[in-house]
Amino acid sequence: MLDILRQPWHWYISGLAIAFIMVLLLFYGKSFGFSSNLRTICTIAGAGKRVKFFDFDWRTQKWNLLFLIGSVLGGVISATLLKNDEPLKLSEATILDLQNLGITFDGDLNPSQIFGLAEFYSLKNLLILIVGGVLVGFGTRYAGGCTSGHAISGLSNLQIPSLVAVIGFFAGGLIMTHLLFPLIF
Amino acid sequence: MKGLKFILAGIFFGIIMVKSEAVSWYRIQEMFRFQSFHMYGIIGTAVIVGATSVYLIKKFRLKDVQGLPITFKDKEKSWKKYLIGGSIFGLGWALTGACPGPMFVNIGYGYLPMILVVLGALAGTYLYGLVRDKLPH
Repeated sequence: MLDILRQPWHWYISGLAIAFIMVLLLFYGKSFGFSSNLRTICTIAGAGKRVKFFDFDWRTQKWNLLFLIGSVLGGVISATLLKNDEPLKLSEATILDLQNLGITFDGDLNPSQIFGLAEFYSLKNLLILIVGGVLVGFGTRYAGGCTSGHAISGLSNLQIPSLVAVIGFFAGGLIMTHLLFPLIF
Repeated sequence: MKGLKFILAGIFFGIIMVKSEAVSWYRIQEMFRFQSFHMYGIIGTAVIVGATSVYLIKKFRLKDVQGLPITFKDKEKSWKKYLIGGSIFGLGWALTGACPGPMFVNIGYGYLPMILVVLGALAGTYLYGLVRDKLPH
């Protein structure tokens, strides 16, 4: 059984499982949306005293923070008990494209060139990680949700605004990948 | 403990994110280069199954575990904030390969530099709160 779980899952199993999480949270009386946690953490850190946007009762979001803690633990379990040692099956075309940008495919989930501990100290990497994070944090709150809130919960509820947001996600992603990556890497 | 079910759901979510490889920077690149069906298959399946589930929940007026009717909030009608905000998020998603959930899952998996992405995301969220009133929505 563990062996089956250890392997990477087929995309339709993964898609089913994500839908299951969304439905499970609905039956718990909640709505699947991860990025709200970022706002909640700002509130807990005291941002509500200075900025009105963060002035809300964060206890209503306690369930989501527990979900966040669980997701970190899920990462730990995937890296230990359910660790899969086979290299990721990335498409040849992507490997080649990245090679042309000077990024080597190492078979892991993330390139050590950007996410490795040894490479952590390069100024360029620090900037990529921090600026990338700022864009994600600013953008998700501006759009009122991220992949879970809009692409999964929103589209499942046939919300046109969520479709517009997802089109935005792709517009930004395509601009970064095709126009900005050659300048950055 | 009432909160345990949310921790368990989160654990399952974290495992799904790793096993689907949706936490992979490489997979996100592959997606934005249209070089594999993998990520589209995941999101597409989730949305089709999700939409069917939501339809059935509404049709049969299903109730949650506390016996309250399951309700859905409509998203605010607008397009500016979704398009502009969404595009800004997309830029960061492609650069870091991580949306908010997978950032945290990656930290658990052992990619500690992802902590910086989370700190950046918190700063970005705060920044949005600061300038919110001056932005078109």
